[in-house]
Amino acid sequence: MSVSGKDMTMSRRGFLGDLFKGAACIAAATSLPRLAFAAWNEKAFKAETLEGALNGKYPGLEMVDSTAVKLKAPAIAENGAVVPVSVKTDLPDVKTISLFVEKNPSPLAATFHLTSVNVADVSIRIRMGETSNLIAVVESGGKLHRVQQEVKVTIGGCGG
Amino acid sequence: MGLIKLILKIKAGLILAGLLALSCMANGETGSKSGLDFKAMVQQDVRDFQAYYKKRFSQVEFSKYKNGVYAIDAASREQWLEMEDFPPYEFAIDDGEALFQTPFANGKSYADCFANGGESIRQNYPYFDSKKVEVITLELAINNCREANGEKPLAYKKGALAMLSAYMASTSAGNIFAVSVPDEAAYQAYSEGKQFFYSKRGQLNFSCADCHMRVAGQKLRADISSPALGHPTGFPVYRAKWGEMGTLHHRYAGCNKNIRAKPLPAQGRAYRNLEYFQSVMSQGLEVNGPSSRK
Amino acid sequence: MKIKAKVKKDITKVKMLIKHPMETGRRKDQDGNVIPGLYITEVSASHNSQPVFYAEVGQAVSKDPYMAFSFKGGMSGDKVSITWIDSSGATGKGEAAIK
Repeated sequence: MSVSGKDMTMSRRGFLGDLFKGAACIAAATSLPRLAFAAWNEKAFKAETLEGALNGKYPGLEMVDSTAVKLKAPAIAENGAVVPVSVKTDLPDVKTISLFVEKNPSPLAATFHLTSVNVADVSIRIRMGETSNLIAVVESGGKLHRVQQEVKVTIGGCGG
Repeated sequence: MGLIKLILKIKAGLILAGLLALSCMANGETGSKSGLDFKAMVQQDVRDFQAYYKKRFSQVEFSKYKNGVYAIDAASREQWLEMEDFPPYEFAIDDGEALFQTPFANGKSYADCFANGGESIRQNYPYFDSKKVEVITLELAINNCREANGEKPLAYKKGALAMLSAYMASTSAGNIFAVSVPDEAAYQAYSEGKQFFYSKRGQLNFSCADCHMRVAGQKLRADISSPALGHPTGFPVYRAKWGEMGTLHHRYAGCNKNIRAKPLPAQGRAYRNLEYFQSVMSQGLEVNGPSSRK
Repeated sequence: MKIKAKVKKDITKVKMLIKHPMETGRRKDQDGNVIPGLYITEVSASHNSQPVFYAEVGQAVSKDPYMAFSFKGGMSGDKVSITWIDSSGATGKGEAAIK
């Protein structure tokens, strides 16, 4: 774990998070149940570019566009503060599903970790700061399967 | 102070006299026999109002107007249905219920102030109180209840009062609005509300009718204007823009600000009369509050 | 939090609504001071002591987070329990029976 200028300001939880992640890796290898909590990927969530977020979450994984991933989101969001999104796929052995909002200050919105008992069908309500591409990425078979859709976020109207 | 009040009273009196004159003239046109057949006139207003929307939006079934703008716009309706599947206001209803069940310091509770213990009564509001000679809305009644029991009144636009109103609306879901105009004084209030609805105001010089009748369903900047038919039925609302529950008068004030008109006080006479008029026009529609809006 | 869990043809769909302000840390109050960030970072659910859901989330999730997921093998009456932790270390939990 390299210590750069940025890492110096890493929160205590983030540090412990990395420790636990290491422990979790060992635990998985000895087939103990995976520890939830303290596995929040701070680096990926705090990355300020889509590239940075993708690399933080999925370093070194190949990404392909996929028609097997169904992303449902409104073409024009009623309100950027609450945008309902769902991702579904029939791809086999889905490990994770992540959602990125390209133009958000921190593009990674969420990562869902799935097990063998899950059906790959997740929904969430997210915040979008402005009109942006919404990108869903499904991690399956060691590859990232990607689909994207533009969601328009309007401002100005009959507010009040 | 006294002089201003006097001037206002004269002004109000002149307006009332003007309205009376208007109604009398209208009377003459319809050839009514004795004085003011206001009940028939109100019913004619309701018929005309509802017929306008039926003609304008021929594909929209009457009962759907309880859904506000989502009755007339498919794209936003889809998102709205997703929100309504597990709506953000469920917490507000629970909080409202907890508030409703909490007794006042004197041991009495909200249930003591309302018919049927406050359950399933939303559709009876607003009503015209002939003794007090004013329109009583549900929110006003809630605060009247508090004050009658030695409690401080709550703010009218959001917060605890909006949650209480949300809870009471939720217990009345599906009940049909049947707000009536029982006497001449009520008809005065109704007429004031009607006049407000059709009068232009603000720097932008719009009336409620301009946006919510004439161009209902069309885009006003980034929003689609909702039909006025059914306006009060979904309130109070969890507006995404507010990030919380808010009342009808909160929305009235916001709308007025938007057309650069001075927002009037929540639960003041003007907004209560406007709500009265709007509720009479929504006769036959179901209570659909609380609901979510953008 | 509120949880709705329904099973249909062996697939249980779980919907949750968690009461949480999800402050991004980018908002300012009326005096111009930044409201500190406070947001849920992890949510996990279990059924019969088995993990059935784990999500990492952040500031881009809406206030009062809504999430839904599905899993196989649940039966009517089984309990699903959900826990979360936020950026301050505070936690919350809820439980519901599958309908």
